[in-house]
Amino acid sequence: MGRLSGPLDDVTGDAGYAEHPPRMGFFTDTSVCIGCKACEVACKEWNSVPDDGYLLTGMSYDNTQELGASTWRHVAFVEKSSPSSVSVDLGMPGAGPPGVTLPSGEDQAAASGDNAITWLMSSDVCKHCTHAACLDVCPTGSLFRTEFGTVVVQPDICNGCGYCVPACPYGVIDIREEDGRAFKCTLCYDRLKEGQTPACAQACPTESIQFGELDELRERADLRLATLHEQGVDVARLYGHDPEDGVGGDGAFFLLLDEPEVYGLPPDPVVTTRDLVSIWKHVGAAAAALTGLGVASFLGRRR
Amino acid sequence: MSPRGEQPMVPDVEFESYYGRQILKTPTWKNPDVPLYLFLGGLAGASAVLAEGAALTGRPDLERVARLAAAGGAAAGSVALVHDLGRPERFLHMLRVFKPTSPLSVGSFILAPFSGLAAAAAASTVTGRLPRLGRLAGLGAGALGPPLATYTAALIANTAVPAWHEGHRELPFVFAGSGATAAGGLAMVFTPLPQAGPARRMAVAGAALEIVAAEGLLHRIGMVAEPYREGRPGKLISTARTMTAVAAGVTFLAGRRSRALSVAAGLTCVAASAMTRFGIFEAGIVSAEDPKYVVVPQRERMAARARAEADAFA
Ligand code: SF4
Ligand code: SF4
Repeated sequence: MGRLSGPLDDVTGDAGYAEHPPRMGFFTDTSVCIGCKACEVACKEWNSVPDDGYLLTGMSYDNTQELGASTWRHVAFVEKSSPSSVSVDLGMPGAGPPGVTLPSGEDQAAASGDNAITWLMSSDVCKHCTHAACLDVCPTGSLFRTEFGTVVVQPDICNGCGYCVPACPYGVIDIREEDGRAFKCTLCYDRLKEGQTPACAQACPTESIQFGELDELRERADLRLATLHEQGVDVARLYGHDPEDGVGGDGAFFLLLDEPEVYGLPPDPVVTTRDLVSIWKHVGAAAAALTGLGVASFLGRRR
Repeated sequence: MSPRGEQPMVPDVEFESYYGRQILKTPTWKNPDVPLYLFLGGLAGASAVLAEGAALTGRPDLERVARLAAAGGAAAGSVALVHDLGRPERFLHMLRVFKPTSPLSVGSFILAPFSGLAAAAAASTVTGRLPRLGRLAGLGAGALGPPLATYTAALIANTAVPAWHEGHRELPFVFAGSGATAAGGLAMVFTPLPQAGPARRMAVAGAALEIVAAEGLLHRIGMVAEPYREGRPGKLISTARTMTAVAAGVTFLAGRRSRALSVAAGLTCVAASAMTRFGIFEAGIVSAEDPKYVVVPQRERMAARARAEADAFA
């Protein structure tokens, strides 16, 4: 195990594979996502992931809600009033994200037209971080780095300690309650071993989910971003592509059309072990302080 | 906002989120198992130090009480930990690898030998058998005690949970102080006054360390400190602090003279230490569940970075 944070050219080599295939990953271009959920379904089907119960959230068209132990791909539906339609907040209950004023009252008719609502759809997944906090903290070695540079849980080793759950800065991995062990996207490790494409990417009809060698995906993403900017889509941005970011770049990165938090993504995630040296130093100092305090308690008076 | 209508310390911030949904996952660690384990680890670790001091300075009553507290705390803590896992047979996987990047792994390698040594030392003290081996075991437990009492701070700080992670510099000291308060307090309850001097001093010094470190924490981490001040965790923490301060004061002023006051103060110390751990645990949960504690500090961090870059170019 090498570095705890920062850019890492050969994450797979760093994990101890002398020879290995190139690092594989996902580039999810949300600008072409149509919210069909083919990826969600394909993932469930291929990986035999149990259902999450049937419920209606009343939250846009999103009844899946979030990534979890039994949801390894999640399509977010963001319904936002577009910046051009200025509306008055009448304090009426709305259906949009908090902080966003949805058109109401007299504006309603105009606002429900195509121009007033912006739709953002995005298929989210485990980021297969270069510096994966889940993997760093797992005490059993159940989470491991594959030869493709992805991050996978071995259910037969996982002891359900749940440490990976609060460690993930993206809130991806979770414990399956009825089972007691942790699950998340494997980037279809079994399919990769056979030289196949992951189920979600294969099912995506718009090529919003692209699978391939990470280096090549990054180039493709840069080109796509340049094209969108040329077309005047200034809001387009890449997320998770930068090896200099807090997690050393993601093995699954995104092209977004708004701020990350609008899609439920943290704006500036950091691998928790980046501060590990500082954490252990402070623990060491505190342990020394406790020893000193103990010694001092016995000095001086006899009683 | 707090249901009790307290004034928020920081004005509400504007931020965007996905339908107000949380970004991080809620820690799946069980309450009361895990906060109880945090408390028992501190109690056991600091008690082992107290026991060794008592042995070295010839205070047999104090030694017996502290050794039992160390062994009992470690045993009960292990039970709480294994119960949290839900699958006891899987605890063995924990000792499969040693991973310095995982405080839980490091902690397992502290807790396991500590429990054994503390139990051996306690057994020897109580039965009077194998006194030399017992002393040796006691020394070992005494050496592992401080790491046991403080590593649990690394355990919770090495997560993405904002209130825990941001507090990673002070939490170990809060835990060290809180552990000393509990160990000193418990020993005060069961040890006759003439031998309880070190226990009293440990409780008072621990209380001071805990209060100072916690104050430092609350002031350094900005809006992420809110969960430590508001709502149920805020109540737990502030009540615990008051109890700690009062108990320490009573111990300091009257601990030497009145057994009754000493017992009352000792019990208060133990209860306050436990409450502190529950408060810290629950504050972390609150901070994980509200996306504001993820988005706002990260945005501020980005803005600060951008400002620094702009300054560098100017
Ligand atoms: S996104 Fe979370 S679960 Fe996925 S690799 Fe990164 S830290 Fe692990
Ligand atoms: S729950 Fe399983 S995968 Fe997660 S840290 Fe614990 S042992 Fe590792």
